[in-house]
Amino acid sequence: MADLAIDPKAVEQLSPPLVTGQPSLHDVTEAVSIHTEIETHRNWYIALAISGSITLLLGSMLAYLVATGIGVWGNNNPVGWGWDITNFVFWIGIGHAGTLISAILFLFRQKWRTSINRFAEAMTLFAVACAGIYPLVHVGRPWRAYWLFPIPNADLAMWQNFRSPLLWDVFAVSTYATVSALFWYVGLIPDLAIIRDRAKTQLRHTIYGIASLGWRGSATHWKNYEKAYMILAGLSTPLVLSVHTIVSFDFAVSIIPGWHTTIFPPYFVAGAIFSGFAMVITLMVIARWVFKVEHLVTMTHLENMNKVILATGTIVGYAYATEFFIAWYSGNEYERFTFINRAMGPYAWAYWSMVSCNVISPQFFWFKKLRTNIPFMFVLSIFVNIGMWFERFVIIATSLHRDFLPSSWGYFRPTIVDILTFFGTFGLFITLFVFFTRFLPIIAVSEVKGMMIQTEHEKHYLPATTANPSDTVKAH
Amino acid sequence: MADTSSIHGVVADFDSPDTLLDAVKAARAKGYTKMEAYTPFPIHGIDEAMGAKPSILGYIVLCGSATGFTTAVLLQWWTGTISYPLVISGKPLFAFEFGFPVMFELTVLLSAFAAVFGMLGLNGLPRLSHPIFNYSGVAGSSDDRFLLVIEASDKKFDANETKDFLASLGAEKLEVVEA
Repeated sequence: MADLAIDPKAVEQLSPPLVTGQPSLHDVTEAVSIHTEIETHRNWYIALAISGSITLLLGSMLAYLVATGIGVWGNNNPVGWGWDITNFVFWIGIGHAGTLISAILFLFRQKWRTSINRFAEAMTLFAVACAGIYPLVHVGRPWRAYWLFPIPNADLAMWQNFRSPLLWDVFAVSTYATVSALFWYVGLIPDLAIIRDRAKTQLRHTIYGIASLGWRGSATHWKNYEKAYMILAGLSTPLVLSVHTIVSFDFAVSIIPGWHTTIFPPYFVAGAIFSGFAMVITLMVIARWVFKVEHLVTMTHLENMNKVILATGTIVGYAYATEFFIAWYSGNEYERFTFINRAMGPYAWAYWSMVSCNVISPQFFWFKKLRTNIPFMFVLSIFVNIGMWFERFVIIATSLHRDFLPSSWGYFRPTIVDILTFFGTFGLFITLFVFFTRFLPIIAVSEVKGMMIQTEHEKHYLPATTANPSDTVKAH
Repeated sequence: MADTSSIHGVVADFDSPDTLLDAVKAARAKGYTKMEAYTPFPIHGIDEAMGAKPSILGYIVLCGSATGFTTAVLLQWWTGTISYPLVISGKPLFAFEFGFPVMFELTVLLSAFAAVFGMLGLNGLPRLSHPIFNYSGVAGSSDDRFLLVIEASDKKFDANETKDFLASLGAEKLEVVEA
């Protein structure tokens, strides 16, 4: 019998614990709910004052732009898309990691997603909110933005052009924002009910009671809920892939050398996941420390995310190489010129910043020492975010700035309004997070509990095959 | 014997999902049919133990998907070919190739609406109040307690007898809850 025995320690090494310190179910409720219940900390007001001021800066920049015109931005012929579309794609891409964690990892039954999915989904929503600003104001007359949707109205007197990828993008991004919000809210319902049940004052009880829609956690509720969650995960998985595919169509369906390429959809999706996971690392490293949930968001979670960063970063690097190969192999001289210009032209500084941040930096994660080192991963995740911003900028600016005729060559320079608007979107992003972390459970409590019980059961079954029955007792 | 019309049922409060599951099985074996469990997270196997039918949400979502897809096809076809035909870049007025992204997105959008609102509808939510909230320890059911309620509408229900039966299953707390 001895050779059939399973050593529990070996099992633990293969799948390290996702919750450390063996907290009880109540401890988990407590750890996650407490930060919504304690008196507001002075630091929270300081954080809100800073991020709120930056958001006001965003608001004033947008007001100035709407009042004056798109000319306050640096985009002009030949670079008609500048920082606006760069930042749009940047923010949308960041959002994708949230959906990947909440939906794709759910379908693949990756239990490690449970501690980080709520946070990552919030990141998706807030990033999409930042992204949405850009196309909205870039239309020039945002008060006419409803023209983008097929709403019958007298002043347009015609229909949208469904043959244009820009219109596909309208449908993709608005669907993505809506479905992400629904998915996030459905996940929140049982956890809002927890805060309702713990409420000490009538006002809290009423507010969280309404927000949780009267959730009772009955077996019937959970049955329909789990089905809905599964279906939403199943819908979000192709949705997230479609969104960045369609965003890449904005470029790939045009005939601009450097954009007109079939590699764009998979390359954009990999890049989006890459940048999004980096953003989750940046935020999670701070949040788990501030909110003291290191036992729920463990090194296993961080290390797994770093592995995803390594994998997707390598895919992105491979895509850069493929683009260059095809530019040469196609024999198309415009295509070839664009790529040589990208690496050696006036934007070479941007290109090589992108390559160092996106291709070289994630390779450090091959080493376990580095991918489990918190200060190192924090710095590296910021490098990846910078690199991925440069990727979008390089794709847009270098493909446009040297038009087919040398007489229409130019060089894009951002204006102060460009810079402050982009800076302002970070203010909005962080302000939304500041509110989220104050009023809502940042970890999916009921999911973590379900995962703990499931893990407990699996442990319970393992020692039954061991020769030593005393292990069964230890497992409890 | 008190008038059962003012009673919602008897709540038995358990400390683990396993004891709850055993209690559900025992109650079924005893012949009770109208029961409901309240737990902080979904318990696997409880629907089978309670004899509950699988969720019909999938069919509702399928209707949503079909509506979304059909809407997208009709929208693009009608606006492009009937309402305002306009040739752009020599492309056809309507084709599934260029219409596909919008068809896909609207299918997903309406399916998601069907999934969320269908789930809320099947669960009877939003709802302002429910008799289970009259139970003094109801807050535990979202924390670390596992409740089983045998409802007064059950044919076999008798407040005292049911209470004794549930006590025999290892419930740590028992309470008759007002409707």
